[in-house]
Amino acid sequence: MIRLTFPTRETLRRLPFTAADVAITIGALALIVLIAYVGSTALVPFQPPDVLPEPISLDIVHLPYYLARSTLRMFIALFFSLLFTFTYGYVAAHSPRAERVLIPLLDVLQSVPVLGFLSVTIAFFIALFRGSLLGLEAASIFAIFTSQVWNMTFSFYHSLRTIPREQQEMARMFRLSRWQYFTKVEAPNSMIGLTWNTMMSFGGGWFFVAASEAISVLNQDYRLPGIGAYVTEAVDQQNVGALIAAIVAMAIMIVLVDQLVWRPLIAWSQKFRNEQSEAGETPTSWLLNLWRAARLPSLIGEALRPASEFVNRALSGTLAPKPAQMAKPRAAAPAWMDWIYNGLLIALLVAGAVVLIRFILSEVGLPEVVNTFVLGLITMARVAALTAIGTLIWAPIGVAVGFNPRLARLIQPLAQFMSAFPANFLFPFVTVALIATGISLNVGSILLMSLGAQWYILFNVIAGAQTIPSDLREMAANMGLCGWKLWRRLIIPGIFSAWVTGGITASGGAWNASIVAEVVSWGDTTLTATGLGAYIANATAVGDWPRIALGVGMMALFVVALNRLFWRRLYVLAESKYVL
Amino acid sequence: MATALMNDTKTPAMDRNGALIRTVNVFKNFELPDGNGIFTVLENINLTVKPGEIVALLGRSGSGKSTLLRILAGLIPASSGDVFSSGRRVTGPNPDVTMVFQSFALLPWLTVQQNVELGLEALGVPLKERQARALKAIDMVGLDGFESAYPKELSGGMRQRVGFARAFVKQPKVLFMDEPFSALDVLTAENLRGEISDLWEKGDFPAQSVLIVTHNIEEAVYLADRVIILGANPGRVRGEVTIDLPRPRDRSARRFKELVDGIYIAMTNPDRDVTAAMAGVLPRRETPYPPLPHATVGGISGLLELLNERPELRDLPEISSTLQLATDDLLPIVDAAVMLGLAEVRQGDITLTDNGRAFATADIQTSKDIFRAQLLERVPMVKMIYNTLQAKPNGSMRAGFFLDILDEHFPREEAQHQFETAVDWGRYAELFEYDRGEDRLLLPVEASELTD
Repeated sequence: MIRLTFPTRETLRRLPFTAADVAITIGALALIVLIAYVGSTALVPFQPPDVLPEPISLDIVHLPYYLARSTLRMFIALFFSLLFTFTYGYVAAHSPRAERVLIPLLDVLQSVPVLGFLSVTIAFFIALFRGSLLGLEAASIFAIFTSQVWNMTFSFYHSLRTIPREQQEMARMFRLSRWQYFTKVEAPNSMIGLTWNTMMSFGGGWFFVAASEAISVLNQDYRLPGIGAYVTEAVDQQNVGALIAAIVAMAIMIVLVDQLVWRPLIAWSQKFRNEQSEAGETPTSWLLNLWRAARLPSLIGEALRPASEFVNRALSGTLAPKPAQMAKPRAAAPAWMDWIYNGLLIALLVAGAVVLIRFILSEVGLPEVVNTFVLGLITMARVAALTAIGTLIWAPIGVAVGFNPRLARLIQPLAQFMSAFPANFLFPFVTVALIATGISLNVGSILLMSLGAQWYILFNVIAGAQTIPSDLREMAANMGLCGWKLWRRLIIPGIFSAWVTGGITASGGAWNASIVAEVVSWGDTTLTATGLGAYIANATAVGDWPRIALGVGMMALFVVALNRLFWRRLYVLAESKYVL
Repeated sequence: MATALMNDTKTPAMDRNGALIRTVNVFKNFELPDGNGIFTVLENINLTVKPGEIVALLGRSGSGKSTLLRILAGLIPASSGDVFSSGRRVTGPNPDVTMVFQSFALLPWLTVQQNVELGLEALGVPLKERQARALKAIDMVGLDGFESAYPKELSGGMRQRVGFARAFVKQPKVLFMDEPFSALDVLTAENLRGEISDLWEKGDFPAQSVLIVTHNIEEAVYLADRVIILGANPGRVRGEVTIDLPRPRDRSARRFKELVDGIYIAMTNPDRDVTAAMAGVLPRRETPYPPLPHATVGGISGLLELLNERPELRDLPEISSTLQLATDDLLPIVDAAVMLGLAEVRQGDITLTDNGRAFATADIQTSKDIFRAQLLERVPMVKMIYNTLQAKPNGSMRAGFFLDILDEHFPREEAQHQFETAVDWGRYAELFEYDRGEDRLLLPVEASELTD
């Protein structure tokens, strides 16, 4: 007989608490303390222009604190984004009448450049929270929120509208209450898409947290303690060391959040996969494994069971009238109600148009509108160039990576990391290079905008290439297809819909980035490019409200029009013709 | 709570006909896109489900059978007509029924136990009670030990067992099954079907009645007390067949096969009346003329000689491969030999009888004598023909006369085949001759001399 020196897994299980429990408990407590400390410091007095917060210190010792403040902002914004997503998406999916307004509105809202109306919201929130930094805090959080929320909401709404028919029938057959239907059917069905979109949104949010912490409105510089303000300060002082420190800190934070939040969530959400068979390769997370090995969570869960049971029953009781009638065709309300409703909508639209036209004619004048339109065309050319160049560079690389599973496992997380990394941290280096070489920002801004945007093309193309079935690739090799013929017949159709997704995201990101990429500075040197982004940035700096509104409106118009006329059509083509 | 969802709360809980489910002139139309008129899916459906019976809705695709089931379940509304459940008009999800879905419709993120508890949870059954009831239902379908498993860990058959447990646990008045076995492989389906049938026969089935939608004729005959045959485009009730087989049912029973064949004929001939199509089968009469297997005398004597020469050759599949004959071609020959008392089949092995051995070894005239004796003793049809000819003074009769007689017992084409086989056998035995030109049967000269 072999004597066991180490306890077996089974005996370890029998211990009341395992090492995993200790780790989980310590981790949770540490997190709570940290949040409480960082959160409490947000309540400092602030009465511009007399009482201003302490200036940002470039001492590296303060960097972790700034980073923690920025991260806290991100999570607060995430919380509100989720709250908004669940209510807005739920209402839109369940009320046909609300849907008719909410979904087009969402479409427009997601096209509005977030950074453009940051100045408007800052003024509003400062007025709301007089005498405290909370106003700036709220404005920054609001900026992050608006950058995160739209595609989360779309994802949730889409999941609710595509719940498998047999699950709907089963739920009605067994007469689940609305609450039960939400918790047992709707929320689980939306979980995979929502987790993924939340992760992507959160990654994109870093860009906006950095941009919104330091902003000039009405010739007044506002700085919130945070890593974005730190970077801005470093640029002002031309401190390259501090810049590099910020970049490293940011990279560590992105990896940390990924490991502690997103990996576990993604791995956990796999249980909501709607296919009945085990997926080939499922994402894993060491933290989730630790959590599952620990006994404490399940013990607490068991202890709370009666309470959750009580809550469930109470909510089921109050929300019982899950439609007892037959499934009616959607929008079966009397026709006259629809007439009134549609009439109201049309009246609102007409009123809005009148206000808009009066505003344009009285405040800015028609020539200014034409001017912004031309500027919009210039910025659009930059976005188009960026998308084209990004595609030419990254599509072949992405396909090569996607066809090689081992390489893909390595590169894919890297591409996602790069897309989450706030590109504005890298702007100063490019700015220095531009100043040194004397290249105009009119060209250089394309590079700046693509620093953040191009990665969406890369990792979507990788994902697209991975979905091309290997038997089709073998067939192509067997037929002797190679070079351009292979691309034309197999690869381009195969990656097309993934590329469209990447392209939309990249160009949307680039429009937003243009506001910070068409005006850059290094120390006292400021470079300005001709374009709509620079127009908005300059209007914001001097607090010219009509021009801010005009610029933002024009940009939103461009984005909506491009989405409708260009990307939407490609999408339809991808869905109908190139679906694998 | 259940009654609050129904409109006619005043009507008694029992249908005046005693039916659990009853439809009155149910129609279902869908509007075609772009205002191109309407498309009728179901037309004037009238049917009932009574307590204690299994009813099968049998139809091909396009017969709207699943749509009909959903209307009865109150999941979709009928375009016109009424559905009554226990006497109350159905206006929303029917609380008297639960459904087993073709695709199982399990929630992949809930364990077996949680899936089964779902319906009880919706009713507000307390935690302890619903756990106990769910465990019992899981036990009933033979899944004990899998309570905490997730559906994706289970095989298809086990998943459908969860589907059954989830439906059982609510103890519905009527259990609806929407093609419950068609997503399973053949063996698994067969196994599960057998178990459901066993549960029904044991008498503690958790529902009073069952309504099953299927396109599988054997499944319908195996499970149901009544089979309602639906026609397609638009879906309508074509007729009904009562399955009067004792339970447990034996698929190899002749009557079982007859019912399956009859329904098959009815289903493949959409223009024929179901009752007429089933006429050869229903109502069951003892035919005075058992059908003859379609085997030629040459085939029969060939088989007998082979069996005599190679006594070790007994296994039927082996014989069919030795003779390079398809089983379908060999079986009529074997059946004929058995019918004539020349061979016996036991458990798939065939052996010669004494008469058979004599037939195979004797010279041709003796063989004919044996064959004739066996024919007259064991084959009523040939005997009838022979007797008729004997009774005629001229010893001759039109073939049409015999065909008319056979027509009463067989479908038209089959009567023709039967007649041809009878003539082939009778000619060999020298009982009668057939004049093809005149289309008459007549006694052979020698035979008439013999009788003189």
